[in-house]
Amino acid sequence: MSQTQPLLEVKNLKVGFRTDRGNVTAIEDVSFQVRAGEILGIVGESGCGKSVTSRSIMRLLPERNSFIDPGSEILFDGKNLAQADERTMRTIRGNRIAMIFQEPMTALNPVFTIGWQLDEALKYHTTMNKTERRNHAVEMLRSVEIPNPEQRYREYPHQLSGGMRQRVVISLALCCDPELLIADEPTTALDVTIQAQILRLMDKLRQKNDTAVVLITHDLGVIAQICDRVIVMYAGQIVETSEVNALFSRPQHPYTKALLESIPQPGPAHHQTRLPTIDGVVPSLFELPAGCRFQDRCAFEEDQCAREKPALSKEANSRTVRCFFPRNES
Amino acid sequence: MPLVEVSNLVKYFPVRGGLMNRILRQVHAVNGVSFAIEKGEILGVVGESGCGKSTLGKLIIHLLEATAGEILYQGQDISQLSSRELMPYRRQMQMIFQDPHSSLNPRMTAGNAVREMLAFHKIVPKSELPAAVDTLFAKVGIHADAKDKYPHEFSGGQKQRVGIARALAVNPEFIIADEPVSALDVSIQAQVLNLLMELKDDFDLTMLFISHDLKVIDHFCDRMLVMYLGTLVEEMPCRDIQADALHPYTQALLGANPLPDPTQRHELTVLSGEVPSSYDLPQGCPFVARCPLVTEQCHAEMPPLLETEPGHRVACWEL
Repeated sequence: MSQTQPLLEVKNLKVGFRTDRGNVTAIEDVSFQVRAGEILGIVGESGCGKSVTSRSIMRLLPERNSFIDPGSEILFDGKNLAQADERTMRTIRGNRIAMIFQEPMTALNPVFTIGWQLDEALKYHTTMNKTERRNHAVEMLRSVEIPNPEQRYREYPHQLSGGMRQRVVISLALCCDPELLIADEPTTALDVTIQAQILRLMDKLRQKNDTAVVLITHDLGVIAQICDRVIVMYAGQIVETSEVNALFSRPQHPYTKALLESIPQPGPAHHQTRLPTIDGVVPSLFELPAGCRFQDRCAFEEDQCAREKPALSKEANSRTVRCFFPRNES
Repeated sequence: MPLVEVSNLVKYFPVRGGLMNRILRQVHAVNGVSFAIEKGEILGVVGESGCGKSTLGKLIIHLLEATAGEILYQGQDISQLSSRELMPYRRQMQMIFQDPHSSLNPRMTAGNAVREMLAFHKIVPKSELPAAVDTLFAKVGIHADAKDKYPHEFSGGQKQRVGIARALAVNPEFIIADEPVSALDVSIQAQVLNLLMELKDDFDLTMLFISHDLKVIDHFCDRMLVMYLGTLVEEMPCRDIQADALHPYTQALLGANPLPDPTQRHELTVLSGEVPSSYDLPQGCPFVARCPLVTEQCHAEMPPLLETEPGHRVACWEL
C-alpha cells in the first residue's frame, strides 16, 4: 500500500442507539483517516463517543439496539465495513484489524491457557500446522517481552499479573500481523510503570511492522507521548483534529484548550494554585443544545454559538476545528 | 505536637486455606511505617497498586485493626481503643472514598445521606437539620434542589461532592481522602481538587491524601510519602518533586509519568519486571528486584530511612 493511500477512512460516521426513551444519536459527523505506521489518538472525556467510534469500526456494537446510519462509510482496503455482513467481518476482525480492550482480565478466557487462546486465533486465521502455531505463539509472547514464554504458554490468565495479562492480550491481537490495531484505553487499568512498558512496546511494534494504531484514551499525557495525530471528541462529535505538537502548543477549540489547562502542572510555580476548570457538565445526548454542544461551558461563547451549529472547518496544516471563534494564541 | 503520629505501623493479612483453615502465609500490606502529620498540612501518599497506601489510610481511621504499632491522635494512642472509646475520634476523623457511587447508599437521597451524619453524631438540634444540610450543600457546590435526588441521578463529580459533604457534616479536623479524584474525568478532577483546597481553608482541615497519580500529589500536597511494597521509601516536600526526588523508585515513578507535552517526549523510564508479591518480601530492600542501582548490600539488608535534609527522608543504600 502506498504512503499516500489511507489504510482506513471513516466518512460521516453516525451511530445511534435504540433506548427506552427513543432513539439517540451517540456520534455523528465523525470522519478521519489513518495511514500505515501512524498512531492516531482519540481523546475525550467519558461519554464523548470515543469507544462507540472504535467499536463501530470493528462492528462490535450489538445490532439489537444500535444502528449505523446508512450514509456512513468505514472504508478499509476499499471495502465499506459499515455495510459489511458478519461473514466478511469475521475474516477481517482479529486478522487484519485487531483490538485491545481496557480490562485485560475480561478479554482473556479464564478457563483456557494462554497458549490455547493464541493457538485458537492462529488456527482460525492462518494455515499453519500445530508445531508452527506453537512456535509462532511462543515467539509472539517473547516479542511482547514476557519472561519465560514457554512456561507462560502453559499457564492460565489468573496466574499472570495485570501488566503481563495486557501484554498477552497485545500478543493475541498481533499474532495474525494485523494492519490496523485499535487500542481502547489499553493502559488505563495499569500502574504507571507498567503503562510505560506497554506504551514503549506499542511504539516498537508500530515501527517494526508498520502497523497503524488507533489509540483511544482519556489521558492527554499518553497522547502527548506516543501519538502522531490527535482527534478530540466532545458529546459525540469531533471538535478538533491536529498534528500532536500543534494541538498541545496551540489548541484552537476552547474545549481542547480548557482540557489542557485543567491538568495539574509540575513545578513550584503551579504548586497548590487553583486549577482552571470547565464549569458545568457534558450535556445529555437526549437534550443537546440547539447550537454548539459546548456553548454552556465555553469561556468564549457568543450569540451565534447558541443559534447555529458550527461545522468542522479546515484550518492550515490539515487541522480541523468545530468552532465559530477558534483560538489562535499559543 | 503533630496532629497524627504513626510509629512502626504494621498490618499483616493472613491467607487461610487447606484443611483446618490454617494460616498459610501472611500478606505484608504495611511494614513498619512511621511518620507524622502536622496540623493544617496536606500529606500525600503515593505508590502503585498493592503498595499498602489504602491500607495505611484505613488503619489510621480504624477501619482495619493494626497488627502492631502505634497511632497517636493528638498525643493519644488510638490503635487499641474499643469502638465505644473511639466514638469521639470518629467525629474528628472522616474519610472520602474513591468511588462515590459505591460509598453512597443507592436508596437514600443525597439530602438524607448528609442529614444522617448530622443526626447520628448530634451535631445540630433536630429543628436545625434542614438548614444545616442546605449550608453543607452550598459549601460543596451542589444546588439545594438536588437534596431529593438519589445517587444514580448525579454525575460522578457531583456524587463525589455529596461524599465530601457527608464527611464534612461532623465538622472534622482530619480527613483521609483515598483516591478522591481517580474515578473522575480530568476537567471534573480539577473542580474537585479546587473544592478540596477551598474546604481545607474554610474548615481548617488536616488531610492525608492518597493517590496513585504523582501529578495530582505534586500539585495538591505539602509533603508526600512514597510507598513501595508496604514500606515507606521516601518522605519529602512537594514543591519541586522533579528536582528533589532522591530514591530510585520515586525517580522511576516520575520518569514513567507521561507529561502532557509532546515536545518533552522522552524515553519513558521503563522499570524492568513487576511489583513482587507481598507474600514473600525480599530480605533486604523491597525494591531490589527492579532497582537500577542495586548492589549486594541491598539484597542483604534493609536500608534505614535517613534524613538527608530537614523534612526529607530516604531509605536507600546508594545515596
